[in-house]
Amino acid sequence: MTALRPAAIATAALAVLTLSACAAGDGDAMPTPGTASSASAVADGTFTLYAGRDQELIDPLIEQFESDTGISVDVRYAGSTELAALLLEEGDATPAAVFLAQDAGALGAIAKAGMFATLPESITTTVPAGFTSTDGSWVGVTGRARVIVYDSEQLSADEVPTTVAALTDEKWSSQVGIAPTNASFQSFVTALRVLEGEDAARAWLEGMKASDAQVYAKNTPILEAANAGEIKLGLINHYYWYRMAAEVGAENMRAKLAFPEAGDAGSIVNVTGAGLLTGAADDADALQFIEYLVSPAAQQYFVDNTYEYPLIDGVAAPEGLPALETLTNPELDLADLDSLGKTTEMLVEVGLL
Amino acid sequence: MRPARFTAAADLEAAPDPRRRWRAPGGRLILRASAVVAASLAAIPLTYLVVRVAQADGTEIVRALWNARIATLMVNTVGLVLAVSAACLVLGVATAWLLARTDLPGRRVWLVVSSLALAVPSYVAAFGWIATTPVRGFWGAFLVLTLCNVPLVILPTIAALRLADAASEDVARTLGRTRWRAFLEATWPQIRPASLAGVLLVALYVLSDFGSVALMRYQAFTWAIQVAYESLFDRTLAAVMSVVLAAMGIALVAAERRIRGAQARTGSTVAARTQPVPVALGRWRWLAHGGLAVVAALSLGVPLGALARYLLLRTETSTTVKTEDLLADALSTVGLAAAGAVVALALALPIGIVAARFRSRLATATESASYLGLALPGIVVGLSLVFFSLNVAPMLYQSIWMLAFAYGVLFLPKAVGAVRSSIVQVEPGLEDVARTLGSTPAGVWIRVTARIAWPGIGAGVLLVALTAMKELPATLLLRPTGTETLATSLWRLTSGTAYAAAAPYALVLIAVAAVPALLLTREVAGGKRHPEETL
Repeated sequence: MTALRPAAIATAALAVLTLSACAAGDGDAMPTPGTASSASAVADGTFTLYAGRDQELIDPLIEQFESDTGISVDVRYAGSTELAALLLEEGDATPAAVFLAQDAGALGAIAKAGMFATLPESITTTVPAGFTSTDGSWVGVTGRARVIVYDSEQLSADEVPTTVAALTDEKWSSQVGIAPTNASFQSFVTALRVLEGEDAARAWLEGMKASDAQVYAKNTPILEAANAGEIKLGLINHYYWYRMAAEVGAENMRAKLAFPEAGDAGSIVNVTGAGLLTGAADDADALQFIEYLVSPAAQQYFVDNTYEYPLIDGVAAPEGLPALETLTNPELDLADLDSLGKTTEMLVEVGLL
Repeated sequence: MRPARFTAAADLEAAPDPRRRWRAPGGRLILRASAVVAASLAAIPLTYLVVRVAQADGTEIVRALWNARIATLMVNTVGLVLAVSAACLVLGVATAWLLARTDLPGRRVWLVVSSLALAVPSYVAAFGWIATTPVRGFWGAFLVLTLCNVPLVILPTIAALRLADAASEDVARTLGRTRWRAFLEATWPQIRPASLAGVLLVALYVLSDFGSVALMRYQAFTWAIQVAYESLFDRTLAAVMSVVLAAMGIALVAAERRIRGAQARTGSTVAARTQPVPVALGRWRWLAHGGLAVVAALSLGVPLGALARYLLLRTETSTTVKTEDLLADALSTVGLAAAGAVVALALALPIGIVAARFRSRLATATESASYLGLALPGIVVGLSLVFFSLNVAPMLYQSIWMLAFAYGVLFLPKAVGAVRSSIVQVEPGLEDVARTLGSTPAGVWIRVTARIAWPGIGAGVLLVALTAMKELPATLLLRPTGTETLATSLWRLTSGTAYAAAAPYALVLIAVAAVPALLLTREVAGGKRHPEETL
């Protein structure tokens, strides 16, 4: 192979030249996060949305928005983290005006890169602190609470542990269901790492494994197992219970929900949120869409269809949920949930993945 | 990659002055220039990584490289590549021998059945195994990747066996060698280039595969790269790891070249070649049927069975699938794959012609560069083209053209291999005769060379289209906003755990991809084709 070097180098050099010429171009316009303001805004009746939630869920909402406002929305659906990786690669040149993600970590990564314009206060103040960004770079749209599901025939409400730490106790051996592959479980472990430190999080995971935690593929089978009495306890998101209750009737549910005490990583509320990209800081259509997401109509849509927490005043949460304020965790900045990769690695090392 | 030369025509082609057909200096220059341009385009992903790493802070690079994880990942990936390559070699050559050299009844049917695994994307196969068995980790990834890739060894080996000279094996037998020894000493050297070329493709595929290792939760390099991009949002780490992965790919290509370069060219003239007498299997044929049936059940039965089960499990609350959506996705899948195949052909023609007709450093360099796409995971190729497109051709960003271009780059090696070996097959004497009869060089190209080489090139284009249909990571990043393919819809529905809704997409994808797979099988099995044309 040594003989072919000059030609190989010539080929590579041409490619390097082409690309470095491109690379030179993208350094000169570093973004300074602008502030979106409706005053100087322009509207051309269309914008592009990067949506990291189910198409089946978001499509009807978009259709409603389009027919209410006459604005047409181009939607690119993909996973939240995938879209975040794409946005980071696109930088300023992104065609996206709005990024809607179902995980605060993905929003935090984009905010950290300085790619979000600061949202006007008229939008950010509609959502209580703790469920939105601390700097106005994105706004929370809906909340999903982590809860403990329990079999109400084997346990009474006061026997249910109020912290996740108690779940590693020997008396719950092989009685707790978890879903390590599920994104919400992983966000919860990330919160545990952020709140209690890496060592404590690892110790908890090892404790769960040692006490033979039952591993399920996702939240629904955990709920079904608790409802059938196969396990006594399980860690899930609150709305899975509401969905099932809507199907079979709340009075027929053997499984019931318990809320870990405030401040415990087991009770974190992760959010779906949306941010305006810097290139669209003056895009009135895009801004109007974000306003729409935190309007009563859209919030009610999420409550009715997903049983998630609405994040604005005046829209009632699904019945039976504790008030959102009691779940606020002042210690946790949701944007810190962007270190998901370390969580995945820890889960693998412990042997839960 | 030097082609195997078994035919009289190929032997003639190796004559001292292979350049005589390109007497017109202008034409030669244009051809070489286009080969260099095409190779540079194929090198975009690697160049992008180099630019990314160069922009990073030195300490960050050291931090990314200097940790125990890289070593673990490397051991995991190399182990998987070696295991799958070895298994595919043994299984592939054995299957090919059964189908080409024995009197096994129903060989044609078995050939079709054993090639159909090409139509099953590895992530669908992995999904099938996860849904029905407890197999995970190394063995899961090993099983799925072996079963999906073994046709890449079977097909070229069959073609090589048909072209190989069976007389020398007979001679070895008369000299008292056992059947096994005779095969090893007389036949194996003749089919080795074709089989190894197949194994190389298998190895490169395993190196860059993400879907099945992720589903099997096996910590390979690609898995860690994806985590770095999408969970850690650490692009430096991802780029550094990708460079390491690319280096492993380049080492593989170099090693394969060395093995093949070192081997002597054996063969005989056309006249001395005899039709081999099929080996009578006798009662062993039941064992052969059984073995082939087990492989087919594992590679086709498990994934299709799992999909069928999910189809039957559909309930009232399952996500509904609209037929028109399914149809629209199938159409865009076929259209995009066809466009990608055309791009691959356009890039492959100059590289393949230069590789076939010139023995020069340029030929080796451009051909090597065309292999780069195979050694990198789709997400790296996808992101590099996001970067390239936004900086060079922002108008084309997220258009079908950029996606077609990505397919062209990703699957270029398949097209280059087909072009090169098809052109090699054209006896240079024929071209000279046409020239002495007064044809212009262009006329010779159109009326002689292209006409003879076309079927082989066409099969290569089919293979590119087939592979492009199943492509997922680059498609997700580069597809036009609002456009879905069968693969992206399938991915979207499975990640939303709507398995029942995903099943029809997976089945349509397999059905659509089966068409080019079947066409390819017929081409190779017909014996009309040179060993490596499919690769």
